[in-house]
Amino acid sequence: MEDKDLKTAAKTTDKNSGDPRIIAFVCNWCTYNGADLAGTSRMKYSDNVRVIKLPCTGRIDPLFIIEAFKKGAKGVLVSGCHPGDCHYTSGNYHSRRKYATFRDLLGYLGVDLNRVEFSWISASEGNKWVAVINEFTDKIKSLSGNSTDIFTKK
Amino acid sequence: MARIGVFVCWCGSNIAGTVDVEKLREEAAKIPGVVSASDYKYMCSDPGQNSLRNVIKEQKLTGVVLAACSPHMHENTFRKAAVKEGLNPYFVEIANIREQVSWVHEDKERATAKAVDLMKMMVEKVKRDRPVEDVKVPLNKKALVIGGGISGIQAALDIANGGVEVILVEKEPSIGGRMIQLDETFPTLDCSSCIMTPKMVEVNQHPNIKLYTYSEVEDISGYIGNFKVKIKKKARSVVEKDCTGCGECWNACPMHKNVKSEFNLNLSERTAIYVPFPQAVPLIPVLDRSVCLHFKKGGKCQKCYDACGPKCINFDLQDEIIEETVGAIVASTGYDLMDTSMYGEYGYGKYKDVISGLQFERLLSASGPTEGVIKRPSDGKTPQTIVFVQCVGSRDPEKGVPYCSKVCCMYTAKHAKLFAHKVHGSQSYVFYIDIRSTSKGYEEFVRGTMEQDGAIYLRGRVSKIYEDGGKLIVKGADTLSGNQVEIAADMVVLATGVIPKKGSDKLAQMLGISYDKYGFYTESHPKLRPAESSTAGIFLAGMAQGPRDIPESVVSGSAAASKILGLFSKNEYEVEGTIANVNEATCVACFYCRRVCAYNAISKKEIKDRSGKVVKVVASVNPGLCTGCGACVNACFSKSIDVKGFMDDQIYAEIKALAI
Repeated sequence: MEDKDLKTAAKTTDKNSGDPRIIAFVCNWCTYNGADLAGTSRMKYSDNVRVIKLPCTGRIDPLFIIEAFKKGAKGVLVSGCHPGDCHYTSGNYHSRRKYATFRDLLGYLGVDLNRVEFSWISASEGNKWVAVINEFTDKIKSLSGNSTDIFTKK
Repeated sequence: MARIGVFVCWCGSNIAGTVDVEKLREEAAKIPGVVSASDYKYMCSDPGQNSLRNVIKEQKLTGVVLAACSPHMHENTFRKAAVKEGLNPYFVEIANIREQVSWVHEDKERATAKAVDLMKMMVEKVKRDRPVEDVKVPLNKKALVIGGGISGIQAALDIANGGVEVILVEKEPSIGGRMIQLDETFPTLDCSSCIMTPKMVEVNQHPNIKLYTYSEVEDISGYIGNFKVKIKKKARSVVEKDCTGCGECWNACPMHKNVKSEFNLNLSERTAIYVPFPQAVPLIPVLDRSVCLHFKKGGKCQKCYDACGPKCINFDLQDEIIEETVGAIVASTGYDLMDTSMYGEYGYGKYKDVISGLQFERLLSASGPTEGVIKRPSDGKTPQTIVFVQCVGSRDPEKGVPYCSKVCCMYTAKHAKLFAHKVHGSQSYVFYIDIRSTSKGYEEFVRGTMEQDGAIYLRGRVSKIYEDGGKLIVKGADTLSGNQVEIAADMVVLATGVIPKKGSDKLAQMLGISYDKYGFYTESHPKLRPAESSTAGIFLAGMAQGPRDIPESVVSGSAAASKILGLFSKNEYEVEGTIANVNEATCVACFYCRRVCAYNAISKKEIKDRSGKVVKVVASVNPGLCTGCGACVNACFSKSIDVKGFMDDQIYAEIKALAI
């Protein structure tokens, strides 16, 4: 989280412009299993995504998202259980609420809000995982500014 | 210094076909801290596991990363292997390069690059893993059952017969619940009292069951193995140990008019001192102080006291609070009928002879207000024509509830059948949407009602009911013939939908268990853990979970009991150690963490100095309740909570490993 990270990220993004890195923070119970299901069903999807598994979306600190951008990610996906389905009863609600306010901060930092996606994907929705990843990857690729620092406000 | 071993699994060609496993191994070896990198065809096989164990031993590894299939497949396998070499099981991390790489991507170079990334992330994570010890919680081997209907009774008896002490708490003066209000039961028509009373008596006499009737759970705190329960035993005004249940008191009570019997659903009166029904267990009366003349008229009336032989009536008795400690709880609070006042067109409450199905049960019952003779509440005449209306409230998202109440199709068929048996030459009509009769013997039963007992089934809804010349005119549609129907009936019975028992939501909040939008308690998993609530140590049974019939309620009671007996077969309950930890040095006691915790797992802890003075208050996590979800970690303003296995520095290290 030091300043030099920011600089490294800015410097190295050129080679990354057509092939943006996407980091997905997912919960262990719904979305991670949904992604596994896409695998066991041998569905194919874009390989730009890297998954970081957490117990619950309620554990996803908004700072993780900022850190992901600082380390060169061009898109961040947060995905957990559908409302009402949270393995821990209410973690996804906490996450949703946090994210609603966090968006403002991201906007203030100059991040194009198209770069952050929030979704509900259950353990049975392998096809939805594939669709979300493909659509989100296409969206990120279509955005301008993939080769420059995404924190446009200094 | 970390000594990490990386093991790349080929999974035959499943992984090796799409990911360059050699490249992966080479990349692993370059990472600082990695002292061993190898690959093998099948890591999960015995030779694979043995090689893992050998490397752990020989290289004195401090952490293991497997680049293999999903952790949900074999994490446990590899953890167990690691434990055999003395490594903490949580020092094993899995990079999921099968389900999330080789099976979903085709370009080998790019798939390999992704696999390298995932492997790097896990190496950085495992470097920062802390040893996690599973927590052992001692168990108080005593169970509490809340609600003494058939499912609660079944649970209590099964647990007690398993040799475990049970406390059964029932709100009403007698156990028996809804089932004891029923007359005969579908599809075998055995009488409810005949099959239920022996069970009720067994509960009362069982050496392992402590029965508290006319009592309510006031407060519950604690966690699995160690729940502290406060039970309010309401003042009965009768000294229980002296009462013989002779009945002299209620025979002497002058209040035999104007007080409606709750048990008979307002179809009869009861006295101020009363037992709800003759087979009540325990057979000890309750004095209803809200209507008793002794309490209303300043102590003048004491006819019951005078009539009582053993002089066990005591007007001064007070509510008692009883405290118990139990290790597990069954919530079996049962159901109520919906309020059907929103169906003004049916005239329930307006016309005396429009009654609910449960009221009809009381009219059928030999111990009911009419001694089993079907009589109209309005004039006491025996009806010749009855219209039964199904789905009143159920399956009606507009005015009632969208769910099916499940028991009404069958009890309506039973009502029509019993009506035909009791009143020869009578005729019944049943308005229905669909007939749902899916258990053993049910379909045949409904067929019998139609074919042998002559009930006329009309598929359609009733639009209006009104009184005319002593008859109830029922207007409805027969959608199968396309005709409008008008029936002059003597009585109308509504198959009213079921809803959770009043107050069950309050109990759920006390227990810390979740319920759905209708108030039914939700299972930990709707299919695979149907007897467990969302909170460890609390189990569910009966209609409190949703509509179900008697056999299903009995099964659920037994299921809850077997879960508890299984839990109690050990002396301690083991909890995964990946739970929240508070850094007491930095905690500022704002307790925002408590507000986000769905499990009531966080409490206030006082830190005292040697003289016993409180020097600091901090948050404290109860390992018996915490599930390690991490919501509190994010809520903490002072960064004083972390969940082992998912510490902040680990997540940041994972992100950093992905830096471009």
